[in-house]
Amino acid sequence: MAVDSGEAGTRASAEGSELTVPATSASPLARVPAQALDVAAIRRDFPILSRQVNGKPLVYLDNAATGQRPLAVIEAVRRSMAEENANIHRGVHYLSEVATLEYDAVREDAREFLNAPASHEVIFVRGTTEGINLVAQSYGRSTLRPGDEILLTTMEHHSNIVPWQIVAGQTGAVVRAIPITDAGEVDLDAYRKLLSPRTRIVGVVHISNALGTINPVAEMTRLAHEVGAVVVVDGAQAAPHMAVDVQALGCDFYACSSHKMFGPTGVGMLWGRSTLLESMPPWQGGGDMIHTVSFSGTTFAPLPAKFEAGTPAIAEVIGLGAAIRYLRGVGFDAIGAWEHELLVRATEAVREVPGIRLVGTAREKAGVLAFTLAGVHPHDLGTILDADGVAIRAGHHCAQPVMERFGVHATARASFAFYNTLEEIDVLVRGLHRAREVFA
Amino acid sequence: MSRDLDDLYQSVILDHNKTPRNFRELPPPASHADGHNPLCGDRLTVWVDVDGDTVKDVTFLGNGCAISKASASMMTAAVKGKSRADAMALADEFQKLVTGKLDGAAERKALGKLQALAGVSDYPVRVKCASLAWHTLKAALAGAAEPMSTE
Repeated sequence: MAVDSGEAGTRASAEGSELTVPATSASPLARVPAQALDVAAIRRDFPILSRQVNGKPLVYLDNAATGQRPLAVIEAVRRSMAEENANIHRGVHYLSEVATLEYDAVREDAREFLNAPASHEVIFVRGTTEGINLVAQSYGRSTLRPGDEILLTTMEHHSNIVPWQIVAGQTGAVVRAIPITDAGEVDLDAYRKLLSPRTRIVGVVHISNALGTINPVAEMTRLAHEVGAVVVVDGAQAAPHMAVDVQALGCDFYACSSHKMFGPTGVGMLWGRSTLLESMPPWQGGGDMIHTVSFSGTTFAPLPAKFEAGTPAIAEVIGLGAAIRYLRGVGFDAIGAWEHELLVRATEAVREVPGIRLVGTAREKAGVLAFTLAGVHPHDLGTILDADGVAIRAGHHCAQPVMERFGVHATARASFAFYNTLEEIDVLVRGLHRAREVFA
Repeated sequence: MSRDLDDLYQSVILDHNKTPRNFRELPPPASHADGHNPLCGDRLTVWVDVDGDTVKDVTFLGNGCAISKASASMMTAAVKGKSRADAMALADEFQKLVTGKLDGAAERKALGKLQALAGVSDYPVRVKCASLAWHTLKAALAGAAEPMSTE
């Protein structure tokens, strides 16, 4: 079966058709300035971007919900399933060897992606949600005592709130919210006052999915460490849009999701400091996470296997590897600069529409534009924009405390990726005007 | 798939959204029920004042999209004065209307002005917006204490 149709397909297969660990050197593309980012060429790498929705060209502005997949990822998953499928870490046969090598190689890609000190500190999980639950149930449950405090910013996604509420209920620890300002920034003075020797864990989202705020994680981590707390970072929105460096951030745990960074669903990464991971009890038991098992007692495998019970999402991890290499090829300097341009232009244009209220106006912002439009409920706006082929998100964005903070029930949210264009912003703005006319 | 926005946002729906009818609370002994759509956060409360077997008055308050607000508003107008059984039956018929399961033109016609919401059946993710008020009405008529949820 022919698989190498089109130049992007060729690139995909050239990257990984051999049974070798992919090259990890940065692509020269990464040093190309933003204005040289060839958006048209990039769009050709994403087959879905050329389809139509409701008879109109798709304008995909729901990237904070999930990114689209480039051919390199689609092809890597296809190849894994069609040509290299076997279980890993247990077979002596050829296919198992191939699958094992491909799977394990991604851990080094992931290490480099996060600039983690060692690849065995990277645990493959189902996604950010599972990564945070792992930390809460393993680290949190084994260390928290009654009266200990877990500080979370008010802008956390439910996935960085609920796991902590659950473990607080199990241990007697207390969850406290760090206030945010009207602009949607962490109130650092309030944060300093909340920190105390009782603070054991600080949970912070690197980039808010509901507001777009880029949080000062390094500074917040430094302050948390002064009182001896560990810092857990939800990196779901940051990983697709900026270079993540867990050593520069100084944090203790960092979780992110493959599907937001243009890889497959169902897989993500949790990085943890090895001293912490070593000391933590296993979270789930099963195959692959043991050293020896007997009814008189079981010993556990070393990292990372200790936290990867059962057969993992093999093809999806391999797809994640392709996504990481794809992002490396485009380069975060170029991605960041273009997305910033999109955000600035979209903010200017959307602000001009009468009745717009922006929700989230932090000084440091990623490509998330959340707003309300007077007289038009976000869900109706979502339906009206959809008629023009424009995909946005409407609702509470799994961040109900944010909605409460800003006194809204829901917002409309356009979120950008490096494949979006200025023309797409025009289509969005025309849709906003149309919605105003419908509801005039 | 070709869908016409005008079929969804008919003028009667826009009118009920802008100026919802019976948009107020009823004092006790009227019973009420709360409706919640956890997916989108829409919330509303429906009050019913039942005299014997007759639904003497129906009102609602809440926050939601145009479809949910218009549906609630039109519901109050449609149900007022009906018997409890007729109101319950109408709720079932309405559910069929918005899920595209009505059998024929005659059945559809029996729904009167509510037919304006038929366009919702082309938008599967919006069906819950339209049916929230009716689910909540049934709960209020049943005197249910538990909040009604679309999930």
